[in-house]
Amino acid sequence: MTSDITIKTLRLSKAYGHFKAVDQISFEVYAGEIFGFLGANGAGKTTAMRMLCGLLEPSSGEASVAGFDVYRRPEAIKKRIGYMSQKFSLYEDLTILENIRFFGGIYGLTYAQIREKGKLLTAELGLEAQAHSLVGSLPLGWKQKLAFSVAVLHDPKIVFLDEPTGGVDPITRRQFWDLIYAAAARGVTIFVTTHYMDEAEYCDRVSIMVDGRMVAMNSPEQLKLQYKAGSMEEVFYQLARKAQRSD
Amino acid sequence: MGHSAKGILCEGLSKSFHRGAVTAVESINLKIDQGELFGLIGPDGAGKTTLMRLLTTLLKADRGNATVDGLDITEDYKMIRQTVGYMPGRFSLYQDLTVAENLNFFATLFNTTVSSNIDLIHDIYVQIEPFSDRRAGQLSGGMKQKLALCCALIHKPTVLFLDEPTTGVDVVSRKEFWGMLAGLRTLGITILVSTPYMDEAMRCDRIALIQAGEIMQVNTPQGIIESYPLTLYAVKAEDTFRLLQDSKAYHNTRSCFAFGSYLHLTFRGEDPNLVREYMEYLYRKGHDSLTINKIAPTIEDCFMYLMNSKPMTSTRL
Repeated sequence: MTSDITIKTLRLSKAYGHFKAVDQISFEVYAGEIFGFLGANGAGKTTAMRMLCGLLEPSSGEASVAGFDVYRRPEAIKKRIGYMSQKFSLYEDLTILENIRFFGGIYGLTYAQIREKGKLLTAELGLEAQAHSLVGSLPLGWKQKLAFSVAVLHDPKIVFLDEPTGGVDPITRRQFWDLIYAAAARGVTIFVTTHYMDEAEYCDRVSIMVDGRMVAMNSPEQLKLQYKAGSMEEVFYQLARKAQRSD
Repeated sequence: MGHSAKGILCEGLSKSFHRGAVTAVESINLKIDQGELFGLIGPDGAGKTTLMRLLTTLLKADRGNATVDGLDITEDYKMIRQTVGYMPGRFSLYQDLTVAENLNFFATLFNTTVSSNIDLIHDIYVQIEPFSDRRAGQLSGGMKQKLALCCALIHKPTVLFLDEPTTGVDVVSRKEFWGMLAGLRTLGITILVSTPYMDEAMRCDRIALIQAGEIMQVNTPQGIIESYPLTLYAVKAEDTFRLLQDSKAYHNTRSCFAFGSYLHLTFRGEDPNLVREYMEYLYRKGHDSLTINKIAPTIEDCFMYLMNSKPMTSTRL
């Protein structure tokens, strides 16, 4: 982790009529940091993430991602970030290599780069023998690990992970975090949401949103001290049970 | 098997898809007693949904047999459909009907009325009653879940099947939902509930740990924890990630997994000197503020132990 700021927001807000989906959130995330973005259902996490990915224009406030303003340069942001979620990851009816070629092409890599990245990635994951298998035939855990590797194919500065380990078996879930740590060590900023509270402990810092506002942000150790809690689950429970709204 | 047997009984239940290419569940043997709150614990793709769909007669088994409250899943499928409640993993009520309309619809399907069954669902229903004129599609996730549970209970089922009711739901709503199940349990309804969250196992009377279509172990949560055969240690240091890397590389480490801010670690063998030698190794590697304690395993520890001691069909390709 370095002191270079890769995400910066100031009173970032999104309102739909009178409904404040995201209500004046301000925070900074550093290069190579693993930043846990937690919140109750309906707290505004997805809306905030969509604004940071350049997919949704804020109502007010400021935000810059990878050095680009979210209002003026959303396309520049999209080129410099990676994204994966539990729901959307890869095309099941394409092979591993076809997916790599497709996403590499989308991100503007050359044929030579795609070929090289494809070899590297399948070797790292031990998937050389399956390179020509349909992604749909892989176990879920492998799909999610592959999806992560594809999301960082173009060496993005930041990768957004939306519940990447939902439903994955406990061993694969931990292998997935090994990939996250390795990417962070290379300087990639990790912005991750999860419902597994043990995973919140693996983050450098964690923020917790309740009803559109950011009610806590600190390292897991400090949060546990501050809320006199034994685990992040207790911290989360103390804050989120006060929530007035749900999704 | 006697037809008087209440609860659920599975004998060698198997189901595959794509002409046998994908085995969903393999030789499932299971006996769930009447009134039991029974948890089916396992990750996505373990076969939880297939087992539920076989028992609710929505799929036909390739081999084996099962009874639900003494009714055969093949011969008596019509009667089973009248006596069980089923809440599928995906929200499947009518989104464009209101809360009240959905309830009335499902009551009518089963030749009954909402008012004659209100006692069973009362505690849950009062929480969604303020929204009775709202369309189901406009409800929040937690409210949808409560409505779906009410609809699954409206005909006073004797057996209730809940397929991953808490997936994708935050910690607060999950606790609330398990509170509701504890309430239903006191009414004597047999409940089979599936979940990928290992910590929820502790809320069940008994659980089955399921992985890659096979049941690895069935017991009370406490019984599963007590049958863990190794000595487990929780280790903590300043730099968790480096501790994990160094511990994995250590020659006497049998297994090592991150658990929040701790590592859970087992050694090869039970020699009492192993702990001291391991700690010396960590100090040599420059770790600070080291602590190590013998601990009781969690269900997740047990699950991972069982996964590793079996031929791993799920993570092998």
